[in-house]
Amino acid sequence: MLGLNKKDVTLLTFVAVLALFAPFILNPFPEGSAMAQFNAGYPDLMQRFAIFGIFAIGFNLLFGLTGYLSFGHAAFLGIGSYAVVWMYKLLDYNVLWGLPLAVVISGIFALGIGYVSLRRSGIYFSILTLAFAQMMFAISYSDLLGRFVGTTITNGETGLQVYTSDPQILLGANEPNTPHLFGLVMNNSFFLEVGAWQFTFNVGYYFSAIVMLVMFYLSVRIFRSPFGLMLRAIKSNNTRMSYTGLNPRPYTLAVFVISGMYAGLAGGLMAAMDPLAGAERMQWTASGEVVLMTILGGTGTLIGPVLGAGFIKYFENIFSKINDNVLHQWFSFMPDGLEDAMVFIVHPFIGKGWHLTLGILFMLVVIFLPGGLVEGGQRLAAWIRSKRGGAEENTKSSTEPAE
Amino acid sequence: MDAFLLQILNGLDKGSAYALIALGLTLIFGTLGVVNFAHGALFMIGAFCAVTLSKLLNLSFIVEDPTQKDFLGNPLKVKTPYIESWFGPEVGSVIIDWSVPLAILFAIPIMVAIGFIMERGLIKHFYKRPHADQILVTFGLAIVLQEIVKYFYGANPIPTPAPEALSGVANIGAVIGLDIVYPVWRIVYFCFAALIIGSVFAFLQFTTFGMVVRAGMADRETVGLLGINIDRRFTIMFGIAAAVAGLAGVMYTPINSPNYHMGMDFLVLSFVVVVVGGMGSLPGAVLAGFLLGILESFASMNEVKNWLPGIDQIIIYIVAIIILLTRPRGLMGRKGVMED
Amino acid sequence: MGILEIKDVGKRFGGLQALSDVNLSVKENSCHAIIGPNGAGKSTLLNCLVGKLIPDSGSVMFDGQSVLGRSPYEINQMGISRVFQTPEIFGDLTVMENMLIPIFAKRDGAFRMHAIESVLAEKQVIEQAEAMLEEMNMADKRHMHAAAMSRGDKRRLEIGMCLSQEPRLLLLDEPTAGMARADTNNTIDLLKEIKEERDITIAIIEHDMHVVFSLADRITVLAQGTPLVEDDPQNIRGNPKVREAYLGESA
Repeated sequence: MLGLNKKDVTLLTFVAVLALFAPFILNPFPEGSAMAQFNAGYPDLMQRFAIFGIFAIGFNLLFGLTGYLSFGHAAFLGIGSYAVVWMYKLLDYNVLWGLPLAVVISGIFALGIGYVSLRRSGIYFSILTLAFAQMMFAISYSDLLGRFVGTTITNGETGLQVYTSDPQILLGANEPNTPHLFGLVMNNSFFLEVGAWQFTFNVGYYFSAIVMLVMFYLSVRIFRSPFGLMLRAIKSNNTRMSYTGLNPRPYTLAVFVISGMYAGLAGGLMAAMDPLAGAERMQWTASGEVVLMTILGGTGTLIGPVLGAGFIKYFENIFSKINDNVLHQWFSFMPDGLEDAMVFIVHPFIGKGWHLTLGILFMLVVIFLPGGLVEGGQRLAAWIRSKRGGAEENTKSSTEPAE
Repeated sequence: MDAFLLQILNGLDKGSAYALIALGLTLIFGTLGVVNFAHGALFMIGAFCAVTLSKLLNLSFIVEDPTQKDFLGNPLKVKTPYIESWFGPEVGSVIIDWSVPLAILFAIPIMVAIGFIMERGLIKHFYKRPHADQILVTFGLAIVLQEIVKYFYGANPIPTPAPEALSGVANIGAVIGLDIVYPVWRIVYFCFAALIIGSVFAFLQFTTFGMVVRAGMADRETVGLLGINIDRRFTIMFGIAAAVAGLAGVMYTPINSPNYHMGMDFLVLSFVVVVVGGMGSLPGAVLAGFLLGILESFASMNEVKNWLPGIDQIIIYIVAIIILLTRPRGLMGRKGVMED
Repeated sequence: MGILEIKDVGKRFGGLQALSDVNLSVKENSCHAIIGPNGAGKSTLLNCLVGKLIPDSGSVMFDGQSVLGRSPYEINQMGISRVFQTPEIFGDLTVMENMLIPIFAKRDGAFRMHAIESVLAEKQVIEQAEAMLEEMNMADKRHMHAAAMSRGDKRRLEIGMCLSQEPRLLLLDEPTAGMARADTNNTIDLLKEIKEERDITIAIIEHDMHVVFSLADRITVLAQGTPLVEDDPQNIRGNPKVREAYLGESA
């Protein structure tokens, strides 16, 4: 089916079910209950799951397959956002104009940046991509390009947004004033009340989720294609690659461009949910985040980046919401002195301290679980199996490549 | 002519910082083969050593002075730093005034200790892992270190002035008959950087320890075969590199008020410096550091900026790209370092 | 005219003259061995043939075309395959995947983007790979990770990968170095078989005289960067100059 083998169809179905029923799956706790703060089924967060999923899937195509660690992918994210907002400004709020442009422009930038950076490999490559991203950040943050050509391009620190004075030449009389797809407004939501539960079905989320599914499907195809095989060959042994009559450079460049396009699409979708584009999206922290999502989920696996993106974005949201009051509630069962001590210990890691938690998580994953959640899951499954089934079963699974 | 020399001078202080950080990066890369993304954080921690010392020295107790009244008629509260009460007001205030240079002494043991802990506790376990893992784990460490500093010191820059005697400007051009007015502290910074760089090179050149380290940089396995405990020497080198970055940070505080993300800002540029200088080449790192610092300062001249707006912020990257395209090994890179 | 013509090749590294005045002609469908003591310049010569090094002077022609200045992948596409001293295979991939890659490279050239089609849909390529695995007696290992195999199997796989491209010239760089006796003999048998059954020219660099005399039709002895003698195996055996070059230095 769909040109995939059975295992991949199962995987795709699994991701599709997760994505399409996310409003239910992510809202397991009834409204108003104490656990409701752990719900994640609201539009803003679900959109981020899908969008960062795309970003991480694209990053994984490069890093997971070829092993080239780019530290500058956030640059393409920013480019995608700028492209979409510019289409809002020039044409109208229909996201259909901006998104393809976001993909094309980020692809062009990826071609240029990749052409230079891929002349070196290893650390050099990482440093070069990082330097390029920082340069793009500096250019956007101070609107250098705009100052050079004499009109604003990125609108500097303020960020790019739509003003009433913008041309918007395609804007019709009854057209919505926020991003939409042929009248389907991204912000709109449909609510379903079932008992104490409230489920939110958001247009923007479903749009992003469907794009994400298409992109996921595409990445499965790339993984299973001769092209994907060549990319894994580059990671495995570059010497044998060239002595087998293959030129590694166009392969790496091609996947770098594809991966940049994924990032550009993700950035474009960000602007499709919220019609703004700012330079901070290009900062090295954002590049680091996608690296973390990918390795946390499982580098080089199909499902890993999606899981990683969801995991990080979920905990970012939860951790940022928790404050000292919430902590006091949690630890209220303890004696007073101990309660205060616990709050004091946990305090640096929550709220604005999320980045500290993120950094520690980053180190822990690299040190103890280089294969990420997917490998963790496999180890757990193998352990359970060995507990239950005995030795003969797990010898079989050890030679299977990771999914 | 005056303006020209002034721009060169202007580039020297930033160039010194680049050179010092790049020197440490190259030492660590050359000896341990590790790319340390947390090296910028060491620079930042050095700067916060200076901040901490100055805060410590300014710790005060408050007494009410009954002889003086404030405008509401209450007795005036006078803050007296402990240090003034211990050493007398005159010596005490001098000590407080000289807190930044004093912080050098304060920072060296701290930085060396942090370097040792980092190397023994974390980096050591990554020698045999792929470079990507080394980058990732040190990157995570950089985030953690900078968030810890942010937690204790806040997100805003903390001004930390130079001693009064060194904080003015001087007409240093007078010696050669030109009119160049330049902040004294920046000259101090440059001289300090030159001193540190000179000491590191002398140390590597003239001591047995340095000779072994240099041999190790060239060929680690052979040196290991000679039965020399190269690992311990490399730990010490890591401590030295950490101290160099830290001292660069300490002395930089009066030039730019330190904030928690200064490390990363400098790190990215220092990496570019290392790449331009040639990975693994110590003289290359120093040379490229100063060259790029000076270049940046020329690009920020108004004449240049009017012609090419914003060029000062990206000139280093542009130069780096051109150099890498024309001389892939950098200015002084050796063959065979990081070729694959 | 041989299929490979090396003329007046010289190469200097700083103060060391690694190769000088190397003239060598490898006849089509022969097995030509290049032997010599350590440091004689064998590896340097080989690297000049495959594009890793460019000689300072002279010319290297393969089938009437110069190989100098071309990258390794271009030289491979001309029809020269190389087997390395330590087997260079794709360790992270399965044996089957290892075998597919050279066949794709042969069919599609140095770069072609088949990013959407599934590998499994490439029936013909898979058949060829299966056939080659059969020939190498490795069909039962096809799902194994290549890195997990024994040294001898890795060598077999590497040779199989090279052969699957149907090269006109196969370069072997000490193919039995570091192997146990049994593995060495297996490799010799394999190479003999290849030599007999295929239209292929083999150039082999080797230390082990047993390997050389089992395989070679023609032998060139290299000493101090220059060819000492070129002759048939039986004449080389008794040649006093060769004995001197070998026994004088090593043993």
